[in-house]
Amino acid sequence: MTPLAGLTPLAAAADTSVRLGGGETVAFWVLGPVALAGALGMVFSRNAVHSALWLVLTMLSLGVFYVIQDAPFLGAVQVIVYTGAIMILFLFVLMLVGRDSSDSVVESLRGQRVAATVLGVGFAALVGAGIARATEGLGVVGLEEVQGQNGNIPAVAELLFTRYLLAFEVTSALLITAAVGAMVLAHVEREPGSRRTQKELSKARFLTERPSTLPGPGVYARANSVAAPALLPDGRPSVDSFATGIEPQPVEQMPRPTGRAQLGQPDASLGTLDPERVDGGPVDQAEDRR
Amino acid sequence: MTLTWYLVLAAILFTIGAAGVLVRRNAIVVFMCVELMLNSVNLTLVTFARATGTLDGQVMAFFVMVVAAAEVVVGLAIIMSIYRTRRSASVDDANLLKY
Amino acid sequence: MAEAAPAEGLAAAAWLLIALPMAGAAVLLLAGRRADRWGHLLGCATVLAAFLLGVLITVDVAGLPERSAAVELFTFIATGSLDVRAGLLVDPLSLAFVLLITGVGSLIHVYSVGYMAHDPGRRRFFGYLNLFVAAMLLLVLGDSFVALYVGWEGVGLASYLLIAFWYRRPAAATAAKKAFIMNRVGDVGLALAIFVMFAQLGTTSFEGVFGSVEALAGGTLTALGLLLLLGACGKSGQFPLQSWLPDAMEGPTPVSALIHAATMVTAGVYLIARAAPIYDQTPTARAAVLAVGALTLMIGAIAGCAYDDIKKVLAWSTVSQIGYMFLAVGLGPVGYAAGLAHLLTHGFFKAGLFLGAGSVMHAMGDQVDMRRFGGLARKVPITFVTFGLGYLALIGFPFLSGYFTKDAIIEAALDRGDTWGLVLGGVAILGAGLTAFYMTRLMLLTFAGKARWTDDQHPHESPPVMTVPMILLAVGSVGAGFVLVSVAPLADWLEPVFGEPAEPEHVIAPALVAAVVTAVAAAGVVAAWLFVGRREVPLTAPARVSPVTRAARNALYADTVNESLFMRPGQWLTRALVWVDNRGVDGAVNGLAAAFGGSSSRLGRAQTGFVRTYALGMLGGAVVVAGALLAVTAG
Repeated sequence: MTPLAGLTPLAAAADTSVRLGGGETVAFWVLGPVALAGALGMVFSRNAVHSALWLVLTMLSLGVFYVIQDAPFLGAVQVIVYTGAIMILFLFVLMLVGRDSSDSVVESLRGQRVAATVLGVGFAALVGAGIARATEGLGVVGLEEVQGQNGNIPAVAELLFTRYLLAFEVTSALLITAAVGAMVLAHVEREPGSRRTQKELSKARFLTERPSTLPGPGVYARANSVAAPALLPDGRPSVDSFATGIEPQPVEQMPRPTGRAQLGQPDASLGTLDPERVDGGPVDQAEDRR
Repeated sequence: MTLTWYLVLAAILFTIGAAGVLVRRNAIVVFMCVELMLNSVNLTLVTFARATGTLDGQVMAFFVMVVAAAEVVVGLAIIMSIYRTRRSASVDDANLLKY
Repeated sequence: MAEAAPAEGLAAAAWLLIALPMAGAAVLLLAGRRADRWGHLLGCATVLAAFLLGVLITVDVAGLPERSAAVELFTFIATGSLDVRAGLLVDPLSLAFVLLITGVGSLIHVYSVGYMAHDPGRRRFFGYLNLFVAAMLLLVLGDSFVALYVGWEGVGLASYLLIAFWYRRPAAATAAKKAFIMNRVGDVGLALAIFVMFAQLGTTSFEGVFGSVEALAGGTLTALGLLLLLGACGKSGQFPLQSWLPDAMEGPTPVSALIHAATMVTAGVYLIARAAPIYDQTPTARAAVLAVGALTLMIGAIAGCAYDDIKKVLAWSTVSQIGYMFLAVGLGPVGYAAGLAHLLTHGFFKAGLFLGAGSVMHAMGDQVDMRRFGGLARKVPITFVTFGLGYLALIGFPFLSGYFTKDAIIEAALDRGDTWGLVLGGVAILGAGLTAFYMTRLMLLTFAGKARWTDDQHPHESPPVMTVPMILLAVGSVGAGFVLVSVAPLADWLEPVFGEPAEPEHVIAPALVAAVVTAVAAAGVVAAWLFVGRREVPLTAPARVSPVTRAARNALYADTVNESLFMRPGQWLTRALVWVDNRGVDGAVNGLAAAFGGSSSRLGRAQTGFVRTYALGMLGGAVVVAGALLAVTAG
């Protein structure tokens, strides 16, 4: 009945092959929850960079799973290509686009979240139950026989360059096309000579109402994000400094320093406020270091 | 512990990815969710390759990775160009193609 | 009917008879204005040439033992079991018609040169006339019912074009449409008859149909006869389709003379005579022909008494005279020759009368109201004499054409010997009296009495190009009857077609019949003198008249009957159908379209443009598919 019905005789023949080794079991029960956590974290972080990092966690876990499951080549590719190259590409684009364009909490489509949750749970339940039913007693034939003595990588290579040669070559064409396509899409055609010089730009800026730069978050702001508006001398946020499309965040301010010693190291000022330092910690050491 | 657990894990990851596509609006995050779905499928392929004792599953997973890479490259380029013109990476903002 | 041998010699050129006027029509109608100067001459030349050729072929064919020749031309329609060959049948019957058509046609063409001299559309007129002659010749020469039908429709078309020749006059356009539509009613009968022939016999050629006519069932034969009769009635203006013919007088007078008196309207008689082998087998259909003939000859005669329009009186006279011919051919073998002889002599004197009427109108500035004529005898003497000879011939003045041919019909009717024979003969004799009455009335109103012209009219005799054809036709009116009955009997000439003329067994002595008919006609003349000639003629028709007169003025209410029986219900039906079409069919279609449009625009709202909504739909679908798979495998 099930597509995998042909496998059951194997499972019946060798019950031992159904059960996996103890080490693998441990690894699975450790890394499985980690992968799940990574996936959930990715979906639920409002900050896209955090999402990317959570996804890296999941992918690394999966890479380990590949290695465990007799696929060291894929595991390596997963780590190098996916987690390394592709996720870096994601982060590049994120930084280009602006990492602060995070989603707002309010869902704009009515019922989308509820429907997605219901459907997701339903889908997971159905597919999970189906898989569990279909693969009950799924045995492990193992890859030792097909890999022979050379191990996984030569075996995969042999398969790639013999039976899947055509697909492999077509893949190269696909990659070339993708590279060219990305270039075409990302390329911006400018009229020769249309690029304005520094002089022209500054002249244009002085013709506007505001020759100076937009106000920044302020010297004592604890974030330099565009989401953090500038503060006017009386402490109100400056409307001029609101970035378009981003909800202005309340500005967290460091307490105003009362003296030079309180400032501490310039690097430290960008980090967390260290109460000890404010209370007059080892200032001398800081002095010494300088 | 049996291979079924791998498959169930893959199904759950896939579902989380799908749900993420539905609820997230940042196009880049949506893309990440798609990547997650592809990865869960890869896990299934690898698992079945081991179960049946053939390497074809692994080769297939390899091809999936290649195609995913190409897709990411083009997809991100598209997001970039959309962002350049609309100053937005939200998939909800690109909704002109409708009734 | 004798088998026709393949044509040799001159008879093989019979197709030229049709081709000559057809070529003339093509040249006249296609050459445009550059043919204006010589177009009428070409029109006359083609018909004259056809006449000369017809005479030569007649002489040639008369020498053959069976006096018939078949001309195979080409295969017209060859599909499956239907194999229609276009061929001509040159036999005594068709040759008689050929000579009538081309002979009278030539004279009328020549007359038209003068009559239409001042009309800007004279070239077009001659083109149509040539087209008519070609179609009419095809009608009588065709060797199958299909060929006959082609000619039949051709003359219908030419008739339509010529009635509506002055198409800017609403009356002419309406009359043309009326003629065309009423002819269609008859044509449906002919077409159905041809379908029946093909379905039952698999052939439509005269030879094939008449050869196997005895194999047909009686009912089929009767149906065939009645359908052919319907076609004949339509074309010949017989009851119940008679009312178009008087209206057709809206056309130019030469048209009335050629088409609506001498030739086309006699096509019905030709059809019934040609289909004699069918009618010989079916007494029912033959009785119907008799009834139609007798009824129509009375209707025509009664209506003719009441009209004041000179052409309409002549038109009703034509209706009545064709009724005589139908009566004759309905009598069977004894009447065919008599009917056709009357047809030929009628062709002469009625054409002459129409040309005379045209000449009078020419003199009176297109006035047609006889109450506005009077005293014209001295003003247009040649017209008066020729018209008078035609008049005498028509009323059956002893030893003129009508006397011979009409008396022959009446004799043949009486010779049936039974009660019906007496009734039909009585009707025919009564009709002869009425004919004498209305024709005498016409003569008295037009040529005798005081002049009642309007002041601006200066009557003058027509030019020779018009009077010479009238004179020739008058000669024919005087002599044709005697020639066709005594010198060169038409019955003997037609013997190959209708068989040996039966020696009539006279129930009543011919001399007695002739005396009675002449006496009745004289009584009609005297009555006309008493009613019309003696009295002052009022300039407008009296309004207070007897119901009989009123009925006659309204042509026995034929138009009223047609309107209330066919036109009004037809209009109601049309309106109902239009309503059903607009509300029902269109409503259903439009409603369906609107329903689809509305539901589409509502369904289209599902296309929100949000990718995530679509993705939700995809995931929903995936859930359904997974659930279905699980349900199937678990079940």
